[in-house]
Amino acid sequence: MSDAQNAVELIGIWKRFPGVIANSNVNLKVAKGTVHAIVGENGAGKSTLMKILYGMQKADEGQILVSGKEQVFDSPSDAIDVGIGMVHQHFMLADNLTVLENIILGSEIRKGFRLDVSGAKMKISEIAKKYGLELPLDEYVSEFGVGDRQRIEILKVLYRGANVLILDEPTAVLVPHEVDELFKALNDLKSEGITIIFISHKLDEVLTIADEITVIRTGSTVGTVNPKTQTVTAEDLAEMMVGSELPTPATSESTVTDKVVLDVKDLTVTAHGGKEIINHVNFKIHAGEILGIAGVEGNGQAELLDALLGIEKSTGTVQFLDQDISDWSTRRRRESGIAYIPEDRQRQALLLDAPLWENRMLGHQTLPPNSKGFWLTPRSAKADTTRIVSEYDVRTPSIDVYASALSGGNQQKLIVGREMSGEPKLLIAAHPTRGVDVGAQAAIWDHLRAARAAGLAVLLISADLDELIGLSDSLKVILRGKFVADADPATVTPKQLGNAMTGAGAAA
Amino acid sequence: MKLRKLVDVLAAPLLAIVFSLVVTGVILASFGANIFEVFSRMFDYGTSTRSLTLITNTATTYYLSAVAVAIGFKMNIFNIGVNGQYRLAAMTAAAVAGWIAMPGPLSAVAAILVAMFVGALWAGIAAWLKVVRGISEVISTIMLNYLAIGVISYVIVQTGIGTEVKLNVRGTPKIQEGARLAGYALIDPKVKVYGFFFIAIAVGIIYWVVLNRTRFGYDLRASGLSPSAATASGVNSKRMVVYSMLASGAIAGLVGLPDLLGKEFSYTLNFPANYGFTGIAVALLGRNNPIGIAFGALLWAFLDISSQILDLEGVPREIVTIMQGVIVLSVVVAYELVRRNRVRTQQQNVGKALAAATTNEGSK
Repeated sequence: MSDAQNAVELIGIWKRFPGVIANSNVNLKVAKGTVHAIVGENGAGKSTLMKILYGMQKADEGQILVSGKEQVFDSPSDAIDVGIGMVHQHFMLADNLTVLENIILGSEIRKGFRLDVSGAKMKISEIAKKYGLELPLDEYVSEFGVGDRQRIEILKVLYRGANVLILDEPTAVLVPHEVDELFKALNDLKSEGITIIFISHKLDEVLTIADEITVIRTGSTVGTVNPKTQTVTAEDLAEMMVGSELPTPATSESTVTDKVVLDVKDLTVTAHGGKEIINHVNFKIHAGEILGIAGVEGNGQAELLDALLGIEKSTGTVQFLDQDISDWSTRRRRESGIAYIPEDRQRQALLLDAPLWENRMLGHQTLPPNSKGFWLTPRSAKADTTRIVSEYDVRTPSIDVYASALSGGNQQKLIVGREMSGEPKLLIAAHPTRGVDVGAQAAIWDHLRAARAAGLAVLLISADLDELIGLSDSLKVILRGKFVADADPATVTPKQLGNAMTGAGAAA
Repeated sequence: MKLRKLVDVLAAPLLAIVFSLVVTGVILASFGANIFEVFSRMFDYGTSTRSLTLITNTATTYYLSAVAVAIGFKMNIFNIGVNGQYRLAAMTAAAVAGWIAMPGPLSAVAAILVAMFVGALWAGIAAWLKVVRGISEVISTIMLNYLAIGVISYVIVQTGIGTEVKLNVRGTPKIQEGARLAGYALIDPKVKVYGFFFIAIAVGIIYWVVLNRTRFGYDLRASGLSPSAATASGVNSKRMVVYSMLASGAIAGLVGLPDLLGKEFSYTLNFPANYGFTGIAVALLGRNNPIGIAFGALLWAFLDISSQILDLEGVPREIVTIMQGVIVLSVVVAYELVRRNRVRTQQQNVGKALAAATTNEGSK
């Protein structure tokens, strides 16, 4: 039923998390000695699938075949044993060890009780030479830049005997010429018979490097294309990635007023090392307006939001309701009526080891119903938490359970409910319905629409392009920290927007 | 639900105590001692009225020290410098109360305020270094401990602040009768319970109220639970570090005062020196909870006092140190086990509630 020509084959993989289905019936064949790209939106289930293949998570159903033989992985070391290695997006290297020490760390060659350093060195040099990955082995890792660190990671995996390499978003951290070098290295690896699984959402890069491309959407594989034999464009892929099955969350007539709520001029966020993550950005949001920002994750959205909240340092001016708030602290901004639904809810929006009613206070701890002057008012906070739980359909047995006990979708409902409380003037929201079920999604949309009609200004970031187009009154496309295009949500299609996001074409 | 909560709270420390009793029992048995005889002698001695008074007094000191440490722990700051803070504070307070003539009660109040101020100041140095220069408070507070010892020796030995209190013992002059908080003979007719016992109770209540009922306390706990979420909620993390360190230092400043105002009345170079580290252990034992810490402090003090009988039994007193060490180690492990168990049960409960809700919807 399967042939040994395939380095890896996944059959009918299912993976469910509480409240979310991460993978449903995924089928994937990766031929030996090829570069196979897996593309899909954020949250489409790429990472979960790769974690299953690398033994970090176990599938609920389905089979994994490696070189035609079925395998069951209980841990990554099982996957490594059959030659599957993974290079993570965030490197796992010890700065204060040499390249050699980093590579052998965890699988040292021993000679009696001693490390066989020269033996290891010989073996590594051999591998490095074979695959064109030569590096000075005795230098400290702290001396190397990002591109070289990635090569060290790859070498580390090869040293452990991998012949299938999983690269998770390998180009996310690289500058263009480093990307070229990586692709050259990948081609060398391929010609030596190594199979590469390449996860990305950058379509132009995928088309350059991949022999085959599998598209994943909402947890399932929607198709595999071969760019070498078929003519496939970035537009085609974008269409496959985005699809358009969900009911469009269309807003009714415009409620946009001419009252400017947020006026941002020349906003710039600079990272350590001088790279401008947000590059001289200008925009206005009016009362009753939803401004949607479309963009592939990692193009500065998180930093933009943090800068508007005063969490991240920025230059330029931010005017909120005729006041210059550029120098305001985060707390003052929040007290003045800016609500925030951050991208990473577990990191920025929740106290996982605290009960729900204490989480209801977070970000609003200086305002009623949570406090009165210096004192907290737990009773009214609890009452209001009960209200949020019922209005936003948070599925929980009580408001005293810890936030960590809720599923992601229910956590999100609590956060949305909290942020919509207290009549905010401006809502800054990233992926407000990510991970919630369809019913709750519609409810959150209703709440947003009602607040918009009442004069709320919203800055909306979402990976769900239907949601973005449906809810927004105006759209901007962000790419590498700059607004590169405007789009009219009345006419633009998800496909056009997807193209603009990946830099593949202009929006309407 | 209530009972279940109580079991949750008590399970870990009880497990740890039982485990440590077993370990010490095995060690005692290997000496050839009669385990039950030893434990019952300890218990008898430790529950005499005299011992109970001493235990209360020692626990008072341990309690203050543990609260000081717990304030830091609550936001993941490790104030290892309670030792230095309280010694410097006690010395300064003793000097102020000993040298400056004031009406008695005013003198006591002045001593308390000075001690809190000096403790906060000494801890504030570590806070400043952390916020401005990014230096770990663990390192700086430990080094400040040694600096404090040096400063104290210099002041007592080399300056006019120190005098000869007894033959060959230099220290601050004796504090006058009216300024002392010698306490009341509540339990035993001959030994007094420190007046500071009541101040310690007040500190515990204030600690609980501030932590659980004020915005400041909420910000502090949020910073400890998730620094990134706290920042996003508007907490200024640097300011929070300074405030909590100052608060921790101020309470640490009180640690030496029960002994100073209740028994010693003068700060000499023989002043008790290691309450800070005991505080860390007791805070761990009581899990930073004001009531938990009270039990922890009493247990620790009980072991310390009741162990004094062991020498007469021909058993090395150090057996109690082993016991205390085992309790702390095992309590940390036990708390983590209990915590994981709680998270798991909660998730299961939520899962059940969810499943029930879905079935109901399905049947509609």
